[in-house]
Amino acid sequence: MRWTLLVILAVLALALSVVLGPAAVPLGELLRSDIVWSLRVPRALLAFLVGGSLGVAGAGLQALVRNPLADPFLLGLSGGAGLGAVLAIALHLSGPWALPIAAFLGALAALGLVYRLGLIGGASLDPRILLLGGVAIGAFTAAITTAIVSLADAAELRNAFLWLWGGLSGASWDSVLLVALYAPIPLVVLFAASRPLDLLALGEESAGYLGADVERVKRRVYLAASLLTAAAVAVSGVIGFVGLVVPHIARLTWGHRHRSLLPAAFLGGGALLAFADTLARTVVAPRELPVGVVTALVGVPVFAFLLKRWTIA
Amino acid sequence: MNDVRRAPESMMLWLEGVSYRYPGAARDALTNVSLSVGLGEFHAVLGPNGSGKTTLVRIALGAVQPLVGRADIDGRSASRWPRQDLARLVGVVPQREDNLFPQRVRETVLLGRYPHLSLWGRERAEDHDAVDRALAACDALHLADRWLWTLSGGEYQRVRVARALAQEPKLLVLDEPGMSLDLKHEMGLFELVLGLVKTQGLGVLMITHDLNLAARFADSLLLLSEGRTVASGAPADVLTQETVQAVFSWPVMMQTIDGRPQMVPLRQPKESRG
Repeated sequence: MRWTLLVILAVLALALSVVLGPAAVPLGELLRSDIVWSLRVPRALLAFLVGGSLGVAGAGLQALVRNPLADPFLLGLSGGAGLGAVLAIALHLSGPWALPIAAFLGALAALGLVYRLGLIGGASLDPRILLLGGVAIGAFTAAITTAIVSLADAAELRNAFLWLWGGLSGASWDSVLLVALYAPIPLVVLFAASRPLDLLALGEESAGYLGADVERVKRRVYLAASLLTAAAVAVSGVIGFVGLVVPHIARLTWGHRHRSLLPAAFLGGGALLAFADTLARTVVAPRELPVGVVTALVGVPVFAFLLKRWTIA
Repeated sequence: MNDVRRAPESMMLWLEGVSYRYPGAARDALTNVSLSVGLGEFHAVLGPNGSGKTTLVRIALGAVQPLVGRADIDGRSASRWPRQDLARLVGVVPQREDNLFPQRVRETVLLGRYPHLSLWGRERAEDHDAVDRALAACDALHLADRWLWTLSGGEYQRVRVARALAQEPKLLVLDEPGMSLDLKHEMGLFELVLGLVKTQGLGVLMITHDLNLAARFADSLLLLSEGRTVASGAPADVLTQETVQAVFSWPVMMQTIDGRPQMVPLRQPKESRG
């Protein structure tokens, strides 16, 4: 029942984002419309893939760092990606893929730094240091980004600023294909870690005694979730709150078992972002809101409502 | 050490002359300690705070490798066991654990089936049967649908023992399971563990602060002080007035109940208190 509802919701979100848009396309001509096939469909699919990836990455990271407030971007990746993108803009690197590639490399650099920090205590990856290191690297890269933006001219600044808030206007069949080929690998790694992630909720010691290879699981989950996030940020900028809120909503309905939670977070995250992107394109048409603004505007009240329910329960 | 050491292969757990020092520590946490636990045996490890009890268990379970000596489980070096294989052989009830997300009793006991599941496989009927059997053995079947946070301390401990039993292990290791339990629940827990030893032939290794309950229930005691073995063997040989006074630095009187030594701490005269 709840799976049926979720699938209907996902299909509905995708359908809405194909049907609705600033240009009025009559329903009868939907399937023949060039706008639909070359713009809306790839954009809807990309939104769905990115949202789903962020949902799964968030659920995995929350279990890994054992902190319900963990968000895929809390671990410094957004800062690294932002710095990469802003550098590309400031250096006038051109070409359709310059920005995504620079952002991806920036995210990878941050990922590597945070990972290295997480191992600082020895051979064991310390989730608390991952969290602190992520916040520190995030603040550091944000400072450099701000310095660069403040020195750039006004038009460039606006571009960089909008990019940081996330958006799917760069969607194309190429980017959909790229994400569709890339994302399944870390997704499968995370799905395969479902049961050990359940055990990790009891603490590392207990998880080990119940048979989980704790070190291997921690490394895999961190790397897979981060690689998903890095790809998401490269094609669509920093889209907040999907990775934070969606896992919590999924947990309220599906419980904390990752076998169900991760697929639910994928479908839910995909549906939420496809829906948010439709809003971002249509409410102030012909102009467009950064989709990160919409997810935050929708996500924060939902989150506040959930927090209230939890503290009462 | 008076007991005759049997061949390590016949033992579930075998520690021989184990020493360990934490990196950067000034002294050994353990020095030349030996211990063996076979099937159907109930062993308790006793000692003051900081005497090396927890380090001993960590070495026995292969979480830490001894610097000197040997630690085997079922004839194989403890640290060499793949964790999933080891979890089918040894169930552990650690002193503390977290509960990040709310869980029901049946769900948490089902986690004990993890070592028996394949990567993508679902829980089978036999897994749910094993959960029911484990809950029944711990007199906790009626708690199955309760949320963990609604349990009393005694019920919670029984559920954690049930989770370890759901692993269908041959050896059960418990770290201070009686802490913060009242009389009824602490006695109930010891009776439960002894029952498992008698009926299911489990080997048990329990760390405890409670000298009297250890002496009443366990077949064999190991008394540690500052990482060294003070005495080991049958309770009556280990818990003598002299040893207990020396190790715990407090005057005691010993009595015998059911043929087992029982310790009564004495009041100290005011002028010598310090």
